[in-house]
Amino acid sequence: MKESTLKKKQKRLIFRSAMLLVMAGLVVFAVVSSLGGEDAVIAKGEKAPNFQLKKFGTDETVDLRDLEGKGVMLNFWATYCEPCKDEMPYMEELYDKYENQGVEILAINLDSTDIVVERFLQEYGLTFPILRDESGQVMDLYQIGPIPTSIFINPEGEIVEQVRGALTLSKLDGYLQQITPE
Amino acid sequence: MRQINCECGHVNPEGTVLCESCGKPVEGNQHIDGNEGEQLLNMRYDGTARRSQTYNRTVVDKVWNFFSSVKVGVWLIVTTVIASAVGTIFPQEMYIPPNVDPATHYQDQFGLLGQIYYQLGFHNLFTSWWYMILLAMIGISIIIASIDRFFPLYKILKKQKPKRHETFMKKQRVFGRTESEDVDIERFKQNLKKQRFKIFEQDGHLLAEKNRFARWGPYVNHIGLIVFLIGALLRFVPALYIDEFVWVREGETAVISGTEGKYYIENKDFILETYDENDERFQDAIQNQGAPIPKNFQTDAVIYERVDDIVPGKEPELEVLKEASAKMNQPIKFEEFALYQASYQLNEFSEMTFKIHDKEDEDTNYGEFTVDLTDPKTEYELGNGYNVVIENYYPEYEMNDGRPVSVSKFPKNPAFVFNLYPPGESEPETSFLGIGANIDASGDNQYKLGLVNFDVRDVTGLTVKKDYTLPIIALGGAIFMIGVIQGMYWNHRRIWLQPKENGVWIAGHTNKNWFALRRDIGKAVEGTRIEEPVDQFEMKS
Repeated sequence: MKESTLKKKQKRLIFRSAMLLVMAGLVVFAVVSSLGGEDAVIAKGEKAPNFQLKKFGTDETVDLRDLEGKGVMLNFWATYCEPCKDEMPYMEELYDKYENQGVEILAINLDSTDIVVERFLQEYGLTFPILRDESGQVMDLYQIGPIPTSIFINPEGEIVEQVRGALTLSKLDGYLQQITPE
Repeated sequence: MRQINCECGHVNPEGTVLCESCGKPVEGNQHIDGNEGEQLLNMRYDGTARRSQTYNRTVVDKVWNFFSSVKVGVWLIVTTVIASAVGTIFPQEMYIPPNVDPATHYQDQFGLLGQIYYQLGFHNLFTSWWYMILLAMIGISIIIASIDRFFPLYKILKKQKPKRHETFMKKQRVFGRTESEDVDIERFKQNLKKQRFKIFEQDGHLLAEKNRFARWGPYVNHIGLIVFLIGALLRFVPALYIDEFVWVREGETAVISGTEGKYYIENKDFILETYDENDERFQDAIQNQGAPIPKNFQTDAVIYERVDDIVPGKEPELEVLKEASAKMNQPIKFEEFALYQASYQLNEFSEMTFKIHDKEDEDTNYGEFTVDLTDPKTEYELGNGYNVVIENYYPEYEMNDGRPVSVSKFPKNPAFVFNLYPPGESEPETSFLGIGANIDASGDNQYKLGLVNFDVRDVTGLTVKKDYTLPIIALGGAIFMIGVIQGMYWNHRRIWLQPKENGVWIAGHTNKNWFALRRDIGKAVEGTRIEEPVDQFEMKS
């Protein structure tokens, strides 16, 4: 009698623990997927998803995957975005220096017509590569909300930093240094 | 485990209120169901030991017992109901205008209360972690409370014996004594059988029972709820549920969101039809409305499948999958997806035609050119020596510190800076042209540009849906309903008969509808010389 009672008790404990664990698991799943779902792909330490875009004014395409081994800065911008206008000159200023050290700056433009981009480049005298994302697919892929947003990717292809809003010259310099290959 | 030996010889587990076998109230446990000092017995779960109220040793047991409590369950539901109600006082964040800052919007619109509402996070109540946890706790409470009650109840009803203790009989709500030498027990049994009672016998004691399955109704109902909740939970799995939105302009092809770049849609035409103002049947209604009343929203579309390797941003290779129209409630269906007509924007500029004329005389014409607003060229040669260069283009212009700037990429309010090169001239005449604006930059231009024509196009908004969870939710709802019917339309009825030296005792119990139980008994005692029992509860009041 005593032994069977003990066994019963043990069985009950195992049953209750298992039920509670399963239910706790479901709850954690629900809460995590409802709260954290959106930033799952684009986060520090995650692999930057691949894309392919045309360089503005050429037929040349750029594949992010081909740039592995180099540091890559992605800057999402548009001509109708005021803070973007402030930070473009800083990128122009630092582009040559970092390109020699193996860092590529890719400014991904979200406008829908070529002419506004062309006029903007003329006005600001920009020479570094501009990619066109007319359909906004790459913007969606990187879950870009407000622009400008910059993403810094190290030579291993992992996202090191994601910056929302305009950068200052010194901050930009600091982030670019972080992703410079050794 | 302490055990309780009943005088009938049955060994009951700890926490038993009424002996599992004979129903005799177990001394010292009557407080559990509040029987102390009462004339009638509380018959819930037939007085069996609910495990949750007996073992309370480990943390696991404590957590288990917390959720097992009906009181806790009711409080969880009340809290959730109150929270849900609070969530409807002001609009949720997803319903406020998309381009306002919620931090200031709530305060501006609703004052101090709005600010408190926002700061406490009620603007995102239904997706907040604590609301989700409340719902989850209700789910857990339902499961555990059901497990803890169903199994003991099932077991005791299976185990019950016809032979009952006198106290049990006397303390039933329906009870009666008959003192008579010749009661016709056989006739009594026959009458009961006619009413579809099942009869169990033990040493001359009778138990007649029907519709025991009605007692499982609440548990079936709870299983339905759990299936329903699991279905709702699976909506977080993108493989099973997608709810996205896509805007497509007429003539454009866009990737369908939520399909991971696999499917594209081309908007051939967006149609908005209104009821005919000249039709007598509609005239009154249209006049009341004061504006045209829409009759049909429709998108004629082509669905494409991407056949090359999916690399976002890369020019896709597309194959036509189907051509179809989406109307209200008649979605375009392809593969596992459905596209519902959900929104639209009318009359976005797509083309503008200008002509060159003398500044002083609008009737002169030195040539026309048409600008495609989706892709304006930098230079337009008119063929008669006149050249126009677009110096700047603002799709949606606004004046900012006296300078035109564009606030978006959509041609909602287009404006241009034109450089006009008359034949043989190398110095251009500059002018600024927008809707309702035509400004001569230098003030001494000889020519002027004028808008002669424009074309517009519509934008359609479609909801992208994929839903594999609906069958699960429907199944949960169906099970829920079966449980409700099972418990509502059938009643569990039991009648006990105990032979006495001089006559019989009769007691009856049901979980609801006592009147019908007494009617059943009334029919059963017909012609048996057994007296009809009384409702002791009604007697008392």
